[in-house]
Amino acid sequence: MAISVGTRTLLDVRNLSVDYSASNGAVHAVDNVSLTLKRGEILGLAGESGCGKSTMAYAITRLLRPPAYITGGQILYYPPENRVRAAVVSRLSDSDAAQPDGAIDLLQLSNKQLRGFRWNELSIVFQSAMNSLNPVLTIGTQITDVLKAHRPEMTGEQRQRKAIELLNLVGIASDRIKSYPHELSGGMRQRAVIAIALALNPELIVMDEPTTALDVVVQREILELISSLCRDFSMALIFITHDLSLLLELADQVAIMYAGKMVERAASQDLYLNPRHPYSFGLLNSFPNLHGPRRTMGGIPGSPPDLRAVPTGCAFNPRCPMAFGPCTSVLPVLQPLSPAEQQRLIACHLYDPRLARGEAPSQEQFAAGYASLHEKGKSR
Amino acid sequence: MNGRHAMPVAQAGGGPAAPALEALHLRKEFPVGQRLWGTPRAVHAVEDASVALHPGRATALVGESGSGKTTVARMLARLYDPTAGTIYYHGEAVRLKRSAAALRQYRRNVQLIFQDPFASLNPVHSVRYHLARPLQIFGHARTRQQETEQILALLQRVSLTPAEQFIEKYPHQLSGGQRQRIAIARALAVQPRVLLADEPVSMLDVSIRLDILNLLLRLKDEEQLALLYITHDIASARYFADDTLVMYAGQLVEGGPSEAVTQEPKHPYTRLLLSAAPDPERIKAGATGMQAIGARGEIPSLISPPTGCRFHPRCPHAMDICRQRFPQRTELGGGHWTNCFLYGEGEGQGQKASARPAVKP
Repeated sequence: MAISVGTRTLLDVRNLSVDYSASNGAVHAVDNVSLTLKRGEILGLAGESGCGKSTMAYAITRLLRPPAYITGGQILYYPPENRVRAAVVSRLSDSDAAQPDGAIDLLQLSNKQLRGFRWNELSIVFQSAMNSLNPVLTIGTQITDVLKAHRPEMTGEQRQRKAIELLNLVGIASDRIKSYPHELSGGMRQRAVIAIALALNPELIVMDEPTTALDVVVQREILELISSLCRDFSMALIFITHDLSLLLELADQVAIMYAGKMVERAASQDLYLNPRHPYSFGLLNSFPNLHGPRRTMGGIPGSPPDLRAVPTGCAFNPRCPMAFGPCTSVLPVLQPLSPAEQQRLIACHLYDPRLARGEAPSQEQFAAGYASLHEKGKSR
Repeated sequence: MNGRHAMPVAQAGGGPAAPALEALHLRKEFPVGQRLWGTPRAVHAVEDASVALHPGRATALVGESGSGKTTVARMLARLYDPTAGTIYYHGEAVRLKRSAAALRQYRRNVQLIFQDPFASLNPVHSVRYHLARPLQIFGHARTRQQETEQILALLQRVSLTPAEQFIEKYPHQLSGGQRQRIAIARALAVQPRVLLADEPVSMLDVSIRLDILNLLLRLKDEEQLALLYITHDIASARYFADDTLVMYAGQLVEGGPSEAVTQEPKHPYTRLLLSAAPDPERIKAGATGMQAIGARGEIPSLISPPTGCRFHPRCPHAMDICRQRFPQRTELGGGHWTNCFLYGEGEGQGQKASARPAVKP
């Protein structure tokens, strides 16, 4: 079942912007964000609530409803060449959405084309499994429904067999196919939702906090499952969570968002060992550690800005321990950390040779910066 | 439940080590599905839990959902009456009378902070109202001016500044972290000696969690509060609490100083919890993807819980005896203890030993 996995790009989001229109001004939930995703890659999106990570994912899946509007950008999807379901792709390729290089711009797809695209190529797992399963249908029916809609050529018996196969894949006993959602525990329900997402063997799955409502042990089992499925089927995954500590274990690449912008993107190991953006550093230090010395921690003082009136310059500057002159006036852009590290992207003036005053700060300097911020906070 | 004949030895001295609030052998059953015929059934939510909260110390109670940790907090807050067991406040057995006066007297000293700050504040009342009620009920403020002064002082203590701006706000105008601060201020308004915090940060954003935890730590030190911190996140228990208790399916399985419990876990369940907790340190070791953990499954039904140690169906080390009875507490030194047959049979040894000669030739 494995599909040729090159280092080729699967998804290329270019300068995406999403606004929520409100009576007292537009909320710029996602502001000019670009990201690329390779085939079979697990990308983690992390940030505080309201940083735009979910909006971003819903924009990619085209699930946004008014008052949310995509105000600009392109979402290019590169369909695989040797797919069984070339028919779907070729139908898409005929449309206006097709780009000269074979990519499909998801923002140009019509509703009918979207129906063909969704679940065949891209599926989504929502936060609460309780709310995403239909309480009056058995989980078997809910899986076969997907097959009925997208694989009308399959017979009932084939669908049933496929449903059992999928349930086994996610670790649910096949006699559970007749169970209703209320008869399953939270972890089992989340597994069932994942089984539905896998039904058509998509190229890309988007998961929006799929384990937030689960207990630690169950959460771990689900993450192990996701991790092994992605490896076995070489699926790409966009995993959204605010829990950076679990993301670092699961994801290959991690992107940190703040106030609708991406501020840092790095391989998860690099990010953990050496966060470069002051916000990433603060976020990482908001999690108590299980091992090593017990240190005092203070998190990041302050709260995320109102997205109707984002601070000028770098949106993080009012909370940043490292803020200096240009931070309040010049907007930082996401660029490679250094010519040698093209894969590591950062939006911070500290690393911009034209603006920074000297050497980039070390981890100790970040820690000292945050410590003095906390001191100031206490005396206040 | 009557009198103080069962008073624990530890608090007889009344010295600084005496717990402010102590519960011994708490048990709670909730009746379910009562029918005319058939045996009455019950959820055995808590089975023999003993907790001691000391002034100026934070104690964490860790467990998965359904482990009974919230039930323990609610019994300590007198929201539920225990099915069996005794609660001592400063060495005095609490009489389980449900009169308004008795409950008020108790809650003057013991306050509970709820998990969800979005549900625990009344949306139609202002911050002033929420904080004025306990001041009026417990007679801490006599005049309107005193009331305002005290509310402003409370808001400052929970770092909601400028306090003058917050006093007239309504819950919907506040963020989650600010609401939780109001909930904490409301509990503090009573001037309690014991604070029970039921997952106070699990609904909050990551960067705000530490702020709230640090606030609770500061208040604990300033006022010498006895603090119970209920959580499912064992890493935060290590950071926050002096002592940690681990609960599984209504039974306390391990306890002691937080460092000992998290760094040298003994009970297989504590080990499972620790191995399941997200830990970025693992990626340093060069591991890619998620590593598998030993035990699986979920907390069993508490209507007909497994016999003996309730963890035995999931336990990789389960022995025959684990199915037969629950192990007694085994002291491991330094205040660290566990209820597990792997580390000895505890106080039950004598009983067992007397049965042994019959088996051995």
